[in-house]
Amino acid sequence: MSKTILTGTTLALGSLLLFACAQGSKERRSPATASLLASELVEAQAAFELVYDVLQHPRCLNCHPAGDRPLQYDAGRAHSMNVVRGPDDRGVPGMRCDGCHGTSNAPLPHMPPGVSSGWRLAPREMVFEGRSRAELALQLMDPKLSHMDGEQLLEHVAHDPLVQWGWNPGPGRDPVPVPHEDFVDAFRTWLDAGAPTPTEEARR
Amino acid sequence: MSANKITLNVNGTRHELEDADPQMPLLWALRDALGMTGTKFGCGIAQCGACTVHVDGRATRSCVTPIGTLADRSITTIEGLSSDGSHPLQKAWAQHGVPQCGYCQAGQIMSAAALLAKTPKPTDEDIDRGMGGNICRCGTYTRIRAAIHTAAKGGRQ
Repeated sequence: MSKTILTGTTLALGSLLLFACAQGSKERRSPATASLLASELVEAQAAFELVYDVLQHPRCLNCHPAGDRPLQYDAGRAHSMNVVRGPDDRGVPGMRCDGCHGTSNAPLPHMPPGVSSGWRLAPREMVFEGRSRAELALQLMDPKLSHMDGEQLLEHVAHDPLVQWGWNPGPGRDPVPVPHEDFVDAFRTWLDAGAPTPTEEARR
Repeated sequence: MSANKITLNVNGTRHELEDADPQMPLLWALRDALGMTGTKFGCGIAQCGACTVHVDGRATRSCVTPIGTLADRSITTIEGLSSDGSHPLQKAWAQHGVPQCGYCQAGQIMSAAALLAKTPKPTDEDIDRGMGGNICRCGTYTRIRAAIHTAAKGGRQ
């Protein structure tokens, strides 16, 4: 019995202490101050649940594929026409993304979507497809993989036209079902808590 | 400039379209307003490549490109690739007898020209990737690939 209690306590403490805090601002937790109240950790984990659901939505995931081919449709099929990433994530000579994807959504279903900042894939390292919660959380906070620090990530999810497109994807596509402002708030909550890595214990 | 006057720079010439809807696809403007019918309508939804032109040198599907987005952009159509059919790709196309029905070929040549402009010595893989958006219902793909290689080698097969 006492061993069980001790093990449970150890796990609880462990779950409070084991989280990734790779980035921090003055307001945000950093690895050196990585101690959260249990309620704060629960809140941060819940926030990341929402973030993860959004990042796994086809409107986000299709441009963060595992590999060099963008995905299409809710089923995440490889992009038709043998479309590939190319050296700058914007296609190859003769088949650049902006050859079809203009500066706004085309007006009818089955026509190419568009965005003012230009269509492109996420960097090759920034894979959402097939990533678990913990893998994605750690990846987001690794600048070598995300190519962004915490502030840049927040700017990206809040203001990048490509991200905002997920809530205005044009005819024939379902938008991300979570309100954009809720997504941004959840992302900020998770970041401000030091970006704790989700644990299975926390999800139960 | 009035609200509905749109200026297009096509093949080095400025064309002013009066009372034009900025959402009009470039393909409509080329064919119906400017009489340049070399560029073809295939699918109308950027799925086949028949309508490919160059915008600032890049292969672009004119059927889904609103003319309102093309101010100060340089548009090249198949008519502007050369004045007399002497572009290396046009000569290679003739040399290999590439077209069958011919409907897709203007778009094929424009995509190939954009490919060669950035990749002067393409591999088979470069060609397959760069030309993947241009469909040929006659299946002339092997001759298209051969002609691109020939053009890249200055006309030598």
